[in-house]
Amino acid sequence: MSTTSVDAHEHSNNHAGHGYGDNNQLYVHFHRDDYGSKFGMWLFLFTEVLLFGGLFILYYGYRIAYPHDYHNAAMELNIVMGAVNTLVLLTSSLTMVLSIVALRRKSIKTSLFYLIVTFGFGATFCVNKYFEWSAKIHHGIFPGSMELRETRPAGEVVFFGLYYLMTGLHTFHVIVGMVIMVFCFIFIRTGTINSDKYIVLENAGLYWHLVDLIWIFLFPLFYLLH
Amino acid sequence: MSGHNENTSVDKHEHVPSYGKNVMIWLALVALTALTVTVASVNLGNYTFFVAMLIASIKAMLVINIFMHIKYDDILMKSILIACGLVFTVIIIMYSFDLFNTYTG
Repeated sequence: MSTTSVDAHEHSNNHAGHGYGDNNQLYVHFHRDDYGSKFGMWLFLFTEVLLFGGLFILYYGYRIAYPHDYHNAAMELNIVMGAVNTLVLLTSSLTMVLSIVALRRKSIKTSLFYLIVTFGFGATFCVNKYFEWSAKIHHGIFPGSMELRETRPAGEVVFFGLYYLMTGLHTFHVIVGMVIMVFCFIFIRTGTINSDKYIVLENAGLYWHLVDLIWIFLFPLFYLLH
Repeated sequence: MSGHNENTSVDKHEHVPSYGKNVMIWLALVALTALTVTVASVNLGNYTFFVAMLIASIKAMLVINIFMHIKYDDILMKSILIACGLVFTVIIIMYSFDLFNTYTG
């Protein structure tokens, strides 16, 4: 890219192409559209919102149907665990932003440091979730378990089903976000992502903030409303 | 949240975010988390759900506006966010009519 013309901030409909410039030299025009990349990322995020939105609507519907079962089931979830994970994700969102700020200010090392910290917070979240789920499964509470099928009312079965589905899907997103961070780390090291071309890191950040956003709603809905 | 109104032009790259402001937003998010956990232990009856969702929405607005930078993006980016929010809100409201008819009517 370094030897070719780059239209960084253009919003026009130019397409990538090639032709012959002065002196009959072949030039290649690489089209770069940061705005388009970001817009595409937002469109993707909206499909994610609707994916989780459907599950939130399901949660809401059954909450109205079984208010008391929801209350009782929520009592069994560990608020401390949930609150710690909330703080972990909120802080990871901050470090992700700081990584982008650092990169734009050309401090590559600081940017990489914050990216590693963000990755670490993601890993911490997953470890917490592992212990949380293990404790529940140990108590016989998991989808299709004897405990749920034979001793619990329908509303609690639905609550825990949604708990596993929604937090599971969310944790899957956390893991995907961590994988994306590994790629960003490599690209920053190789200079593919730099203080001028940071849109990939910015989009990774957008994805990570969405993961944080979803947890902001999951936490009160599952842990606090009892 | 103030003093950045000059960055409303189309080119988003003009706005270089600062470390300090993001840390302030993070502090606000942590404070709101503490608040929602505290409020959860107080019995507010039917309002518990709405208070929890209100606090979560404020937190979401902070993340979307500052961390996700939408505050400094142009109207096209904003409008599609609003469209998405409207679709979700309309579905929730329409579904609510059905739910409350079924379970409380």
